[in-house]
Amino acid sequence: MRHIIAVLLENEAGALSRVAGLFSARGYNIESLTVAPTDDPTLSRMTLVTTGNDEIVEQIKKQLNKLIDTVKLVDLSEGDHIEREMMMVKVRAERPDREELKRLVDIFRAKIIDVTDVSYVIELTGASRKLDAFIDALPDGLIIEVVRSGPTGIARGAKGLTL
Amino acid sequence: MSLTAAQPDGAAPELSGAEIVIQALVDEGVELVFGYPGGSVLHIYDALFQQGSLKHILVRHEQAAAHAADGYARATGKCGVCLVTSGPGATNAVTGIATAYMDSIPLVVLTGQVPTPFIGSDAFQEVDTVGITRPCVKHNFLVKDVRDLALTIRKAFHIATTGRPGPVVIDIPKDVTDPNNKIPYIYPREIKLRSYNPVEKGHLGQIRKAVDLMLAAKRPVFYTGGGVVLGDGAAQLTELVKATGFPITSTLMGLGAFPMTDPQFLGMLGMHGTYEANMAMHETDVLIAIGARFDDRVTGKIEHFCPHAQIIHIDVDPSSIAKNVKVDVPIVGQVANVLADMLRLYREQQPKASAPAIQDWWAKIRDWRALDCLKYPTNTNAIKPQFAVETLYKVTDGELYLTSDVGQHQMFAAQFYPFDKPRRWINSGGLGTMGYGLPAAIGAQLAHPEAQVACISGDASILMCIQELATCQQYRLPIKVILLNNGYMGMVRQWQELFYESRYSHSYVDALPDFVKLSESFGHVGMRVERPEQLEDAMREAFAMRDRFVFMDVIVDPTENVYPMIAAGKGHHEMQLSPSHAARELA
Ligand SMILES: Cc1cc2nc3c(=O)[nH]c(=O)nc-3n(C[C@H](O)[C@H](O)[C@H](O)COP(=O)(O)OP(=O)(O)OC[C@H]3O[C@@H](n4cnc5c(N)ncnc54)[C@H](O)[C@@H]3O)c2cc1C
Ligand SMILES: Cc1ncc(C[n+]2csc(CCOP(=O)(O)OP(=O)(O)O)c2C)c(N)n1
Ligand SMILES: [Mg+2]
Repeated sequence: MRHIIAVLLENEAGALSRVAGLFSARGYNIESLTVAPTDDPTLSRMTLVTTGNDEIVEQIKKQLNKLIDTVKLVDLSEGDHIEREMMMVKVRAERPDREELKRLVDIFRAKIIDVTDVSYVIELTGASRKLDAFIDALPDGLIIEVVRSGPTGIARGAKGLTL
Repeated sequence: MSLTAAQPDGAAPELSGAEIVIQALVDEGVELVFGYPGGSVLHIYDALFQQGSLKHILVRHEQAAAHAADGYARATGKCGVCLVTSGPGATNAVTGIATAYMDSIPLVVLTGQVPTPFIGSDAFQEVDTVGITRPCVKHNFLVKDVRDLALTIRKAFHIATTGRPGPVVIDIPKDVTDPNNKIPYIYPREIKLRSYNPVEKGHLGQIRKAVDLMLAAKRPVFYTGGGVVLGDGAAQLTELVKATGFPITSTLMGLGAFPMTDPQFLGMLGMHGTYEANMAMHETDVLIAIGARFDDRVTGKIEHFCPHAQIIHIDVDPSSIAKNVKVDVPIVGQVANVLADMLRLYREQQPKASAPAIQDWWAKIRDWRALDCLKYPTNTNAIKPQFAVETLYKVTDGELYLTSDVGQHQMFAAQFYPFDKPRRWINSGGLGTMGYGLPAAIGAQLAHPEAQVACISGDASILMCIQELATCQQYRLPIKVILLNNGYMGMVRQWQELFYESRYSHSYVDALPDFVKLSESFGHVGMRVERPEQLEDAMREAFAMRDRFVFMDVIVDPTENVYPMIAAGKGHHEMQLSPSHAARELA
């Protein structure tokens, strides 16, 4: 099963490589990993998407918790949560394709953020599946480049992952 | 000279980074540092030279520095410390660090590093020590600012010695120890790490559940491991086992936590465990695992593991629990605390419970024991390795601190030298590092100068750290090496005999040195023994030399194998017994 795990880490050099090293050393799957500092400059927040059966995911969480740099961890998939991923797509946008592309952008509530005579850059934020759907919907052969941030997530309700 | 000599006005003393390293170790209560100098630690070595409170032991290879610090740690329960230079110094130490990591041994390893402005430039003797050691340490640090040095050292000792212990590396660039840059030194006594809070006490509700299971058990067995030794829980364990009257078996790493000569002790379990211990594992209905990590050498094939048992597991590291085997009652906590609570609750509940009698269970165990699975032929011309260990036990009254290398000799020692106290049996179990034994003995002997320390080794293993004969001479360490010389990498040869149709590919140790002359050339006493009837007298003579290092080259039967044995992929009940047992069974 797919799990999305949020981790508060000490904002120390090497913390990220400890996590990456743990996954490769123990052969765990890692689908995506994003990390950035938080409003507290001593902490970074990492969001990690992984897959595995219950036992493996349980071990992954234990091993992450065991890292000295891990301050707190929550498995967002265990409760109600919101996931968002950001994507930028560069597409060939010659005259005949422009209208179709704009229609798709409207339907998906995306944005065109860069325009040239022959290309658009489209920005889209949403659940990862929505991003997949947008890519599928684009006419064949137009995609020049796709860049995705990997999902981040937050639990619904008033409780937060804080110290 | 003490570096902290109070300033006239009572202010913090001004120290350089190099002096801070030394003073922080002193303030940490460290007595001994095992090390080897080199360019990037020269400032530290200079500070070491100018003080008198910290003793440095010069080894002859950095691997040995880590092993010796590790042997010291295992023999005392304190944190071992070593100091090596950057680049090759650090990489040489890695095997020792990984050895300590696999067996959860508390070490602080100080490594020199190139000066901070040179980091990343492929400077002379630069390696990414933090990167190389990351997968085999509990934690590691790179100190880039001398003002972080004292706090980092305090953190390192705290992390290494609490929770599940383990090695911690501190990588220190040379400019951080600059003798001309002095800063006020204050050693932080108390620290709290918000991201690191190991569990101390076990959950009482869980312990109660465990006690209920134990009281209802018909065929219970304790399975204990290195955690009981590491957590100093031997006294509590012994009391609990006595109170219950249950049988107990131990892993290789837990030997001595419960007296091995006690009738409740079934011997070691696992690949080379006893018939009675492994059969008890196979038939048990309640397994009480304490400070043991269900290693594959112990479980055999997981599908066959303890098929009838409810499992209780006590461990300080949550990630050890349910890692390899599903557990019914997990208890996270320090072994000594949990066992004390468990004993209290057991004593409260026992009178109320109508506990089933376990006499039938003991009767069954007695039958298994009657097989005498460790029996070996004694009327031989060659010295049997088992006989050599038994003689060692007799001659030393079972009182040794005994270190071991890796191979058949290690297993024979575990089977035939019953330890009655913890911290007496010192060996590399998890990594199985050949070359561990001699340097570990150096650490143990320095920790206990008055005690008798011996290293049991093999003709292949001993050569992996043989240079340490020089260290033993320099510090006049009266260690006794008992070399079970079978002229083979015996353990490898055994597998080739059993699983590769006796194709002995590169397991013959050709061109062995004359170990007697070799030892003598280092200034030690060398002895060779070739006949069984000479062995006891020779050993008595060796151990009578209380102030000499003696190397005993004991020529043993070259083709002896270790039995019982559980082959890979087999269960506990599928042990292979020695050929003489097999013959008897057929008869
Ligand atoms: C040639 C060879 C053959 C071997 N054959 C065998 C064999 O036949 N049988 C055998 O048993 N082993 C054998 N081994 C050793 C084996 O590889 C493992 O090292 C060993 O079984 C592990 O022992 P353990 O489970 O006690 O764990 P350890 O490695 O000692 O781990 C200790 C456990 O206790 C926990 N712990 C630590 N401190 C505390 C505390 N304070 N409180 C609570 N818990 C704590 C840790 O988290 C860990 O889970 C062999 C090794 C070699 C090299
Ligand atoms: C550093 C290292 N290399 C290789 C091995 C694999 N190995 C395990 S036992 C063994 C043979 C040991 O031979 P010896 O020291 O003579 O002991 P014996 O088995 O003969 O008692 C080898 C090569 C190891 N454990 N460690
Ligand atoms: Mg040998």
